[in-house]
Formats: sequence, C-alpha cells, structure tokens
Amino acid sequence: MPHIADRQSVFLALINVIVLVAGALLAGSNFVDSYNLQIMAAQVPELGLLALGVTLAMISGNGGIDLSGIALANLAGITAFLIARQILVPADAPMTFAWTFAALALCVGVIGGLLNGLMIAFAGLTPLIATLGTQLLFTGISVWLTNGSSVSLGYIQPLDDFGNLPVLGVPLCFTLFLLVAGLVGYVLRCTPFGVKLTLLGSNAKAARYGGIPARRMIVTTYTIAGILASIAGIVIASRNASVKWDYGSSYVLIAILIAVLGGVKPEGGYGRVLSVLLAATALQILSSLFNFLGISNFFRDLAWGVLLLALLASARIDLSLWLRPAR
Amino acid sequence: MTETTIAPEARGPAGRIWDLMGQRPELFTLALIVVTAIAVAIANPEFVAMNNLFDILRASVVRGIFAMGVLVVLAAGGIDVSFTAIAAFVMYVLTMLVHNVLPGMPLWIIMPLAAAGGAAFGVLNGLLIHALRAPSLIVTIGTQYIIRSFLLTFVGTALFMNLPASMEAFGKASLFSWQGTNGVVSALPATVLVLVVVALATWFILERTLLGRAIFASGGNPGIAERLGFNLFQIRLFVFGWAGLLAGIAGIVHVASNRLANPFDLAGMELEIIAAVVLGGARITGGSGTVLGTLLGVLLITLVSNVLVFVGIPSTLQRAIVGIFILIAGTIFALRQRA
Repeated sequence: MPHIADRQSVFLALINVIVLVAGALLAGSNFVDSYNLQIMAAQVPELGLLALGVTLAMISGNGGIDLSGIALANLAGITAFLIARQILVPADAPMTFAWTFAALALCVGVIGGLLNGLMIAFAGLTPLIATLGTQLLFTGISVWLTNGSSVSLGYIQPLDDFGNLPVLGVPLCFTLFLLVAGLVGYVLRCTPFGVKLTLLGSNAKAARYGGIPARRMIVTTYTIAGILASIAGIVIASRNASVKWDYGSSYVLIAILIAVLGGVKPEGGYGRVLSVLLAATALQILSSLFNFLGISNFFRDLAWGVLLLALLASARIDLSLWLRPAR
Repeated sequence: MTETTIAPEARGPAGRIWDLMGQRPELFTLALIVVTAIAVAIANPEFVAMNNLFDILRASVVRGIFAMGVLVVLAAGGIDVSFTAIAAFVMYVLTMLVHNVLPGMPLWIIMPLAAAGGAAFGVLNGLLIHALRAPSLIVTIGTQYIIRSFLLTFVGTALFMNLPASMEAFGKASLFSWQGTNGVVSALPATVLVLVVVALATWFILERTLLGRAIFASGGNPGIAERLGFNLFQIRLFVFGWAGLLAGIAGIVHVASNRLANPFDLAGMELEIIAAVVLGGARITGGSGTVLGTLLGVLLITLVSNVLVFVGIPSTLQRAIVGIFILIAGTIFALRQRA
C-alpha cells in the first residue's frame, strides 16, 4: 500500500515538473524565475486548505463532502474583521490586531465546522444537504453583515506581510500551509484518530461494530475542515487586504477537483495529504501558465471540468493499476 | 409514496401531527408556507394583492420546471447540478440560431428543439456517470463547468435583446388578467401552463408507470432493484435525460419571460432548486419524493426570495433564511425517518 501511494505522489510530482517545464518553454524563462514561483506559492494556500477540508470530509465516507468551505472562509474573514475593528484600532497596535483577527476567524471556523459536524452526525442530514444548507447560511450571513459589498481591511502590516512577504524565499502563508498540511497528514497517518477515520470511511458498519465512536469522529472531522476553511479565510483576507462574501465562487469545484486529482476516493476511506498537496501545486502552476498565455478564465473553467472528468475516467481504465492504489 | 396509514396511537395531538408529518413530509413545508404568508400578510396587508400572487406564480415557473427534473433525479438516488448550465446553453444557442438563421421559427418547433437539446446533454450526463462509476455530484459539477464555459468561450457572451417574434409573443401572452382597485393590471402569464404540463407529466411518470416504480426502487435500494430485474443503466439515462429535457424547456421559458437571452443567467441557481426539492420532502439519498411536495418547496423558496422585503426583513438575509429552512427541514425529515 505505501509503495503504491508513493508511486502516486511521484506521478503527481512529475506532473508538477512537466507543467513547469512546459511553462518555461511556452511562456519563457520568466515563468520559472523566483519571483513568479513566489507568486504561485502564495496563491496555493487558499485552495490547498479548502481542498484538505474536502479531503477529510471525503475520507470520512458516507457521501462525505464539504460544499461550505469557501463560504465559511469568507464568513470567517468578514466576521473576524468586523468584530476586531470594533474592539481595536488597526493603526494603533497592528500586531495585536492581526492576532485578534486570526483568533476570531479561527473561532468562526470552529463554530461553522462544528455546526456541519453536528448536523451530519446528530441531526442525521447527509453531508451534501447539510453543507449545502450551511453554505447558504454562511453566505447569507456574510451578505447580511456586509450588505453585499466588499470590505477593505486597509493596510495592516503584519497581515500584509503574512500574505505577501517571502521569508528565505518562501511566502509566509505558503510556509503555514505546508505546516498545516504536514499536521493534517501526521494526524491522518500516525494517530489513532486518523486510522479510525480511514476505517470509518471504508466500512462504516464494521467500524461501528469495532467500537469506533462514529458520531464523535464525524463531528471532529468536519470541525477540522471548518478550521482549515477559516485559515483559508485569514490567508484570503491577508493577501487581498479585503473581504467579500462571493470571493472565489468557483472554489467549490476546484477544491473537489484538487482532492480527486490527489487520488482521494469520493466514496470514502482513502486519501493522502502529500498527493493532495502536490495536486494543488500542479493545478496552481497550470492556472498561472494559462494566465501567462493570456487564456480566458472561461476557457480555464472548461479545462478544469475536462480535467475532472478525465481523472475520473483514468481511474476506470487499466492505467489505474499503476497510477492508483489497488482497491 | 406508501399511502398506508398507520393507526394513530393514543398520543396527544402534537404526537399525531408529528406522525402525520413523518408520512407526508410536505405538510411541514406547507406549514412553513402558511406561517410565512400569514406573517407577511399581518405585517403588510398590501401583500395580499392579485398582482403579488401572480408575481409569485410567475417567479415560480422556471424554478418549478427545473425542480421537476431534479425531483426525478433525486428519487432515483442521484443528484444533478448541471441543469442550469444546460438550460443556459440551450436557451442561448437556440435564441442565437433562431435570431440569426431562421427568424420565423414558430414556438412549436423551438420548444421540442430545446427539449431535445437538453435531453441530449442529460443523457450524456447519465452515460458519463455510468461509465465513470463516480458520484453523480462530482460528474455533474464537471459537466456543469464544461457546458457553461464552452458556451462562454466558444459561443458568445453578448446579450440578445431582440428576441425572435414567436418567443417574444409567448413571453407576453397571458391567460387571464385582472384589474386591481388601484388600477394596476396584473396578468397570469401563459408560461404557467408549461409548468402545469411538466408537473402533470412528471407526476404521471412517477406515480402511474412502471418506470416510476423503477425510479423509486433504484433510489431506495439499487441492489434490490437490480435483482428485481430493473435495468439501472436505463433508469439512470432516463432520469438525467428527463432533467436535461426539462432544463432545455425551462431555458426557453426563462428567455421568453425575461425578454432577454443572457448567457450568464441561471448560474448558481442550482443549489436553491435542490433546496426546494429537498424542502418538498424528497430524500437526498433517493427513494422518495412527490410532485406536490416539490411544488410546495418551490413556492416556499420563491416566497422567501420575493416577499420577505414586505415584512421589512432585509433582502440580504434571504440566503441565510433559505439555508436555515433547509437545515431545519432536513433535520426534521431525518429524525422522522430514524424514529
């Protein structure tokens, strides 16, 4: 199993290299200079974090999915900024403000994720309906709080640094993303929780008879997905210096696309964080390449859709024997 | 579905209502509609005017047609989020075709063409889901993006303001008009007829044909349905084809009643339609759902998005309220099933 999983990661890493080389050939060496690489790295975390949330939900099985990620990310950014602005003046103590903002956003993420988890585990809603409902709810609250317009954060140095400043050549938000992904990967692979979650996703009935507290696990899983979404919200707010209810409207699809590209099984029970991470970077490089070549956003969406279906198809043909783990 | 009435046990009236709601989940939706309508009428008596009622009906037509397709897909245990993209594609391409090439095309040719175009996309969805053996949500998210972005990349992004004469006339036609005391003339649009026909057809398929039995059986328990001899592949093709067909029709109705063909229209509407169908009592895991319940769900969604402004609830809160309704209704239905 690990052997095959490694092969999948190697395959995705190869795709990263191929797209980078293709970019260098098609768009010139500017595409692979350190400046552009930094820009691309700074763009990965938002989607990568949301994709990790979708990954966790999918692993948990029973039709697990999280459609509310980007809605919760926006809500976390908006609520945290509106509250923080009430209690602190950003210009007086930028550092305190930034930390307060982040803490508040994380609180919103915990509450939102907890709501998802409780709805699914205890109210008995399917993940699809529950997260559809909360997506509307979170978006609705964001619209209501902001009257539908975007809210500018102004220049808050620590946040701006977090979103855009490279340290030792790596943007801070990308470093954080790597740390978070590493943590999630560690939890999934090396802790009892992760092992139980995989079991639960591959066979819920057996897991129940095996004494796994399914409900508590589901609540925890969706709460973690909520926290990941709120971290994405902090990154979005820092990078754009503004928050808006409909930021990233196509992220729902792209987050699912990244998870599927990363080999996560939509039916549950399998997913590797390293693969998802590599899928996120591959997609980002491809997206930047489209940008460099001046290809329209509509066409990019078309490419994502085709890619998603092609990936599902690739799992069906014989190639799967060496691309994907044996089932 | 199962019309068997279980003898009410010796319980209080609340318990009996609870039991009834378990059997007929759409009653809960009806209650929500009545409560909303009464609240609005008390807060603002002007709401109970003929033109408002007609406006709500008018606004329900396109949603209702979509919802009938989604109902059939949900009943069979699938889900479709690509239907709005199909509708946008069909309406835009067809309007373009009629406008540029055959300006005199009558509606009785346009409608079947739209239905056929939509059905073709729908069948394609069904084929893909079957061939890829992937969850229908993920496949139709993919086709949604492909269809919509193909439309915007390769077909066009410009609006059509001048509709073909036959579509223009269809949009303006009214069944019945009413002059209010304040002199406002309100008309019941002819497009409502399309919804009536679509709803009757869907009801007939689900409740009076073997195909309908097969749809519910495959949604309730695919394994057993297959052993009973139902062909799951054909059922899947039919339900997605039906959803596509209705999407094509809904697209034309949308253009005719808005008097505008905008390729960016209808995007993002799919979630509220699914919400309406779920509010109408269809279980997302398949096997249940009624046409009447779905229509009530559509009415509730329309009510929330059109009339809450009458009671001074800011329109910015609509989305949140729909979300809360889904969570409450979903919870109640789920708890009832467990009991």
